[in-house]
Amino acid sequence: MKLEMKDAPGQLVAALKPVSLVGGNIVAVIHQHDPQHLSDTIDVQIVLELPEGKLETLVNLIRNEGVNILRIGEERLLVRHSVILIGHLMHTDLSDTVDRIDTTGFAEVAELHLVMPAIDQPSSAKITIKSTSDEAMGEALAILREVARQKKLMIIEPLEDHQ
Amino acid sequence: MKIALIGFGSVGRGKSGIISAGGIDMRAVLDRKKATGMCGTPGISAWDVITTADYDLLIEVTPTDATTGEPALTYIREALAAGRHVVTSNKGPIAVAFHELSRLAAEKNVQLRYEATVCGAVPIMKALEHGLAGNEIIKISGVFNGTCNYILTRMADEGLTYQQALMEARELGYAEADPTYDVQGIDAAIKLVILANTVWGLSTTLDDVDITGIDSLTLAALELADGQECTIRLIGEIIPKKNILRISPRIMPKNHPLVVSGTLNAVMVDTDMAGEVTLIGKGAGSRETASAIISDVLFIRDYHVKRS
Repeated sequence: MKLEMKDAPGQLVAALKPVSLVGGNIVAVIHQHDPQHLSDTIDVQIVLELPEGKLETLVNLIRNEGVNILRIGEERLLVRHSVILIGHLMHTDLSDTVDRIDTTGFAEVAELHLVMPAIDQPSSAKITIKSTSDEAMGEALAILREVARQKKLMIIEPLEDHQ
Repeated sequence: MKIALIGFGSVGRGKSGIISAGGIDMRAVLDRKKATGMCGTPGISAWDVITTADYDLLIEVTPTDATTGEPALTYIREALAAGRHVVTSNKGPIAVAFHELSRLAAEKNVQLRYEATVCGAVPIMKALEHGLAGNEIIKISGVFNGTCNYILTRMADEGLTYQQALMEARELGYAEADPTYDVQGIDAAIKLVILANTVWGLSTTLDDVDITGIDSLTLAALELADGQECTIRLIGEIIPKKNILRISPRIMPKNHPLVVSGTLNAVMVDTDMAGEVTLIGKGAGSRETASAIISDVLFIRDYHVKRS
């Protein structure tokens, strides 16, 4: 996110403190004085990781510090989830299985690890899905469950709430 | 207190060896156990004992029939109707007819206890009923079948294939010659039905449980899970508010409390006040089952027989 703050001591610390308050993690701070910039404010870009659903709280906290938020560039797919599929994955059109998730618009297959022991043996795959939110993950998994049912694949999900 | 014991398989034997340690009058047990047919007093059947013998409490440990609950269901019904307390390790009748039997017990002012039906020696029923009394039970999840847990542990730890681990389990006596009931998740599902019906008062049957067993699990799947510091366990879950009642293999972080080794069982109860409570212990075996039965018998003696 790109912040605009007063070019005064203590301002940067004040702007960053709320990040840890909401349980976030600061990845990078890009702080550049622009010689062409004549106003008494400076622009700072921060890259951070936030727990699901905390962005709004953070935005309010930062504004309360008197810091102006110029732009928020949100990485859209933040929730990651891995499931394992077992069965005849290639013969049941693996790329179609992946497409069914990718075409949702709110989730996509980010990683696929496939193990094929022998031609007539069932293969196993770990599929990592990224999605925009927990709800979207729930929907994506519901789609995958349905696909697994249709294609007679066994699906092994993590023991977490994405019902 | 006079006790009639019906069923003298491994569970019955495990118990009779221990039962005198509980300080219970063994007279009736010693007389009646012979009537089960195993030890033979010709002409006296289990039914004769239940209907004609003089006893206060029936210990019913005959083999389980998961679909009909018989013949145990008839035995238990008859004993309760005659005003006798009943303690059973038999999953069938509790899964099939819990509400009918508990109504009958209440009518006759006697106790029906079934601690041994879920997780063997682990006192989960008493923990739920008494230990966590007053809590709202939000969710129960756990490892309810020791055979499956043994197979999955061996696959994960030793890299055995499913078939190899199953054969090993058979050789060690952890799996039946026909392992279907265990590996397809049916045994675990029956325990979920018992929990759902007894803890939440639901009227579920085996058909309501969404069941996936471990019989098509591959070693590769366990290796894939291992790659992210996880493993796979057969987990049973009941979350009534979300309408979830299912048995399925799940990816679990290796340090999750429900990831137990070998034939162990584990149950995690999620409550409103106490938070999460996890119990781990032996889910099968004759002495372990006897432990659960003895505790039920003593519970009845201490809280229901002495007072009356």
